Amino acid sequence: MMPFTRLDAVAAPLPLVNVDTDKILPAPFLKTISRTGLGKGLFHSLRSEPDFILNHAPWDQAGILVALDNFGCGSSREHAPWALLDFGIRCVIAPSIADIFYNNCCKNGILPIVLPHTDIDRLMALATDPATATLSVDLAQQTVRATTGLALPFVIDAQRKQDLLQGVDDIARSLTREADIAAYEHAMDSRQVGVRAITQAGLDG
Amino acid sequence: MTTPSTTTRADAVPGASSAPRTLFRKIWDAHVAADLHDGAVLLYIDRHLVNEVTSPQAFDGLRLAGRRVRRPDRTIAVADHNVPTDHRAGGVAAIADPESRLQVETLERNAADFDIPYVPLLSRRQGIVHIIGPELGLTLPGTTIVCGDSHTSTHGAFGALAFGIGTSEAEHVLATQTLIQQPARAMLVQVSGQLRAGVTAKDLILHIIGRVGTAGATGHVIEYAGPAIRDLDMAGRMTVCNMSIEAGARAGLIAPDEKTYRWLQGRPWAPAGEDFTRARLHWETLHTDPGASYDKTVHIDAASIAPMVTWGTSPEAVTGIDGHVPDPAHVSDPARRQQMDAMLAYMGLAAGTPLRGLPIDMVFIGSCTNGRIEDLRAAAAVVGPRRIAAGVRALVVPGSGMVKAQAEAEGLHRIFLDAGFEWRDAGCSMCLGMNPDRLAPGQRCASTSNRNFEGRQGPGGRTHLMSPQMAAAAAIAGRIVDARDYLP
Ligand code: SF4
Repeated sequence: MMPFTRLDAVAAPLPLVNVDTDKILPAPFLKTISRTGLGKGLFHSLRSEPDFILNHAPWDQAGILVALDNFGCGSSREHAPWALLDFGIRCVIAPSIADIFYNNCCKNGILPIVLPHTDIDRLMALATDPATATLSVDLAQQTVRATTGLALPFVIDAQRKQDLLQGVDDIARSLTREADIAAYEHAMDSRQVGVRAITQAGLDG
Repeated sequence: MTTPSTTTRADAVPGASSAPRTLFRKIWDAHVAADLHDGAVLLYIDRHLVNEVTSPQAFDGLRLAGRRVRRPDRTIAVADHNVPTDHRAGGVAAIADPESRLQVETLERNAADFDIPYVPLLSRRQGIVHIIGPELGLTLPGTTIVCGDSHTSTHGAFGALAFGIGTSEAEHVLATQTLIQQPARAMLVQVSGQLRAGVTAKDLILHIIGRVGTAGATGHVIEYAGPAIRDLDMAGRMTVCNMSIEAGARAGLIAPDEKTYRWLQGRPWAPAGEDFTRARLHWETLHTDPGASYDKTVHIDAASIAPMVTWGTSPEAVTGIDGHVPDPAHVSDPARRQQMDAMLAYMGLAAGTPLRGLPIDMVFIGSCTNGRIEDLRAAAAVVGPRRIAAGVRALVVPGSGMVKAQAEAEGLHRIFLDAGFEWRDAGCSMCLGMNPDRLAPGQRCASTSNRNFEGRQGPGGRTHLMSPQMAAAAAIAGRIVDARDYLP
């Protein structure tokens, strides 16, 4: 995946709670076998309204979203972060972010940032004004900075931070633990009773 | 399973047999294949369920990297989201929508290329992945189960640690049979008392979501316990665990008991004979030890719950059948008030409107929440010899081919067909608007599914979540009513 180091980009305010993954990318857009091209479906119903923030400069070039509680709730579709990425969003900032969506962002080089409500209120206000909407997100420093001088620290798990900074493929890293996995499987047969191999026989008819 | 803003319980004595442990912790400890860092582990995955929507990009990733599937024998693939639920006889080639057809064909090809057992569209075993997993006996107590679908939480009803993952994580499981995970926090939902007559598992979970909120369990695995949970049959327990994700939880769990063991006996992949007896001894250890502590506890009194109906576009926007659409003016938080205004506008509802009596256009009985034989029996009992109201269109979509066959053996399909319902083949159907079954803009639907998000059942569609009994009664009355008035 694309590494995330530092991002200077316009932040779009999305002052909504419970933005679910159906809202980020509705089901008809899931009928794809590829990861790209989903930006056209991003926030499909909201974008059909002329007033919607992402339809207007400078936010039509936004690289950051500032939203409210429980962003990304609902389905596990990774198509939601793929759509954000395809549109150009590399960072989502909210007071709380749903678990699966949070994971999915990290796997795709999108930085999810959880900040307290008071910080979100300030960022929301800044993002609403084109003069102050550009934010600078520095992952190494774990800081969100505004042109006004405001600097907000954020917390992220150390390993996720490393992976995002380096754009690392965690499958390759996990495969280096092959010996551990094999040893687990070896011992498993005695520990696990009755977890049988799945076979094609019995599924066809 | 992480929430960045809070600390996890990684320091909580993993594996120490003397310390009392939660059910979650026991399953977790038994599946640590390698310790990583800061409490994160490689968690071994016993069963990986694969569907057509969230897997193509994972298989692509494997191909690009020249990787194989580590344990095809622990993986199973089935198409459910996209498949049409009528005119099935032509098989995959007859799927009208070319994009849907391509997704199903891609799944078939990936299953063949990577040697993964696959349930063909025309197999009597085909169905919604969360219905067929338990049916096949793949879902066992104490196992870990993942799927690129958030309602994987369903399988927790058997005391399995089961949760939804994204496509990148699915690729990780395909390649390594493990997932990088940090321990979740443990939440107890203790349900005392007894559900009143005509009140179901669906009403219970909708009530719980209303209490906890859609983000209330974020970062947690919920364990449901208490007499009202013990009283539920396995179908009801699956309904409860299914919607755990709607409270933000990563998974739901119910400790196995006699009902669980009885349900599993004789299932195709469940252990048999000696193995069953041995497995049972292990399963009997799968409960939370006395003295183990939870990070959060919620108490629910089952007797206080009425049949529930959602009024908004979030599952927490729910009230009893005697309730009214709430008034946004009474909400102090501006963001919440704005959300409520938007919900009422989308739903075409005015504050203060009673839910009872609201006219509906469509009824959907099905989904991984309520597409099991018990659900169809309950709905059919409400329908009885009656007919659905004029102008209403109603679908019954069995959750699997086996459920369909069972229902037909019991004559339930006759009750539905005579009443004017459509009787369909198994699939996700109108639970989500990605196959031909969907709402037209503005249509109001009484639905037994799990999500009432804007556009979930079709653009502009208005969803009211409820139990199968309530949906069946709504079909007959042509409006939202109290199913208890229709019980035989
Ligand atoms: S029935 Fe609905 S919730 Fe269940 S797997 Fe299918 S689409 Fe998802």
